[in-house]
Amino acid sequence: MQPLALTSFTATSCLGSGLDATLAALRARRTGLAPCNFETVTLDAHVGEVPGVDAVSLPADLHTYDCRNNRLAHLALAQDGFSDAVRRCAASLGSARVGVFLGTSTSGILETELAYRRRDPASGALPADFRYRGAHNTFSLAAFVRAALQLAGPAAVISSACSSSAKVFASARRAIEADLIDAAVVGGVDSLCLTTLYGFHSLQLVSRQPCRPFDAARDGISIGEAAAFALLERRDAGEPLVELVGTGESSDAYHMSSPHPQGRGARAAMLEALRSAALAPAAIDYINFHGTGTPSNDESEACAVAAVLGSEVPGSSTKGATGHTLGAAGALEAVICALALRHEFMPGGVNTATVDPALKVNYLRENVPARLRRVMSNSFGFGGSNCSLIFAQPGRTL
Amino acid sequence: MTLWACIDGVGLLGPGIRDWQHGAQILRGEIPYAAATTVLPQPERLPSAERRRTGTSVRLALAVGLEATTNAAADPAVLPAVFTSSGGDGANCHEICQVLAGSERALSPTRFHNSVHNAASGYWGIATGATPASTALCAYDASFGAGLLEALLQVQVEGTSVLLVAYDANYPEPMFAQRPIPDAFGVALVLSPAAGPATLARLTVASSRAPAERMSQPALEGLRSAIPAARSLPLLARLAQRATPGVVIDYLEPTNLALSIEPCR
Repeated sequence: MQPLALTSFTATSCLGSGLDATLAALRARRTGLAPCNFETVTLDAHVGEVPGVDAVSLPADLHTYDCRNNRLAHLALAQDGFSDAVRRCAASLGSARVGVFLGTSTSGILETELAYRRRDPASGALPADFRYRGAHNTFSLAAFVRAALQLAGPAAVISSACSSSAKVFASARRAIEADLIDAAVVGGVDSLCLTTLYGFHSLQLVSRQPCRPFDAARDGISIGEAAAFALLERRDAGEPLVELVGTGESSDAYHMSSPHPQGRGARAAMLEALRSAALAPAAIDYINFHGTGTPSNDESEACAVAAVLGSEVPGSSTKGATGHTLGAAGALEAVICALALRHEFMPGGVNTATVDPALKVNYLRENVPARLRRVMSNSFGFGGSNCSLIFAQPGRTL
Repeated sequence: MTLWACIDGVGLLGPGIRDWQHGAQILRGEIPYAAATTVLPQPERLPSAERRRTGTSVRLALAVGLEATTNAAADPAVLPAVFTSSGGDGANCHEICQVLAGSERALSPTRFHNSVHNAASGYWGIATGATPASTALCAYDASFGAGLLEALLQVQVEGTSVLLVAYDANYPEPMFAQRPIPDAFGVALVLSPAAGPATLARLTVASSRAPAERMSQPALEGLRSAIPAARSLPLLARLAQRATPGVVIDYLEPTNLALSIEPCR
């Protein structure tokens, strides 16, 4: 593939709003996970909640999109000059030449969950203030961001569970390569809701403790929420901060909610990412694992990584810090990879006390200074949907 | 911008439309359209445990996907796939919201994993063994156009054949009142980078500011305007009629998609 430039990016999660707060938390090896106190949820779990989301108000003309997910998106768009960078880009290229490709798994479903508590006792009807299109529908996120940034190019939401906002990089890459557009806003936003909290609990996949990826005693995920965005442009446009150099997608064709035991699909996605980047496995300096902290995910991923990249490549999961942000995880971890490249360090995984000796990977538990050239990020989701991305220092010969 | 691909096979299922052959006869005016509830086949290719867990939208997507790959004589296991739907499984979503509004909140694990927007894509992989890339899109009423663009981009950039599946099913009340999709409608296209023995037509797509074409028959126009996946009907009518005039279909404000179709056989 033709490498693409990330000319602006930002992230907001339980680690903080914007890049400075995110970087400071990663450097301090701080977790943003805390005992769950969300809404009326009574589960014994830790979550990564972004403080202050309820207090965010959308611009008056965009009120039809009001929901927790779009408030989180709005909060994140205001950080790090991201909206301004998109507006400058659209002003120079034309607003119809900038696409919007975003990932979410649950969009604004929290609004629907709450509306179902307020159904008319006689007719069963939802309350009159319920807005399906602006809040509930899966596309609401991209519709809101497109309207907020005044863009008029192609747009779609990819909703493939926990690979959603990794796959948006691949879709945007194709749209730019085919000259459908010149630039794209990519990213992901997922916010806390009862469906995912009680749903993962029903599958017995939620840890009571802050999640411990790759730990011998790991026992499940901690759910987080996040919004992360990047502006993807052609390589010769502006000042690239980091480059996207490889994308790989695959399907497990195995099970709806369990990964293939030997990581067949994960392996295929990583190999495809390397192929599209024209890179040998040894070219990867660091890998940000999907690393959810469930026994089966980490085992399957370790198996796949060892087979494709070998057991020596340093890697970590940052979900001990951020929680599993589901449809936002791919974009959040892409931004963390970009920070690792820019600030020359590999973030060690937090919460993990004893790395599972059965997992043949080089799992980092401490931050390590390193002048990284290329890093890989994995994202895998329900339905056997896999995506691997490769990011690199700009301008280096691949 | 122009994107193009060869259309190698079609799958179609909707209210009063049994399959592509039946739908093509209706669209050519050979037989009258008779409104009737959509009849969904059992997803026979799924193992029985999985089959029992599927709802309307998954059965719909699998049915049209298999019809299109069969008509194209294509092996579904090796085709990348693009699934696009404006709402996924509405009945499942309603059940989840109902349980979460109660005091127990005892969600069924199957309901939860079926709630993901890519459920059809996941079951498709299990049913056919397809391991290439598969995606799941939503663009509200523009979902068909968004899926068509994504599929054409994969054909063009990756140089591969791609299966596009667009499908929508109805919500039960009280969601139906908010999103009144009347019934299940699905369409699938096998799109290829080069003409082959099964190729029906060559499709070229460009952006347009012209308004979308309406269906001349009121009942079919009713489907087109009420079900996002049925925004494909003007394209399907041209294919069925082997007609060459261009046609504009709905996409995303302020842009529509201008399609031109050159029949190949």
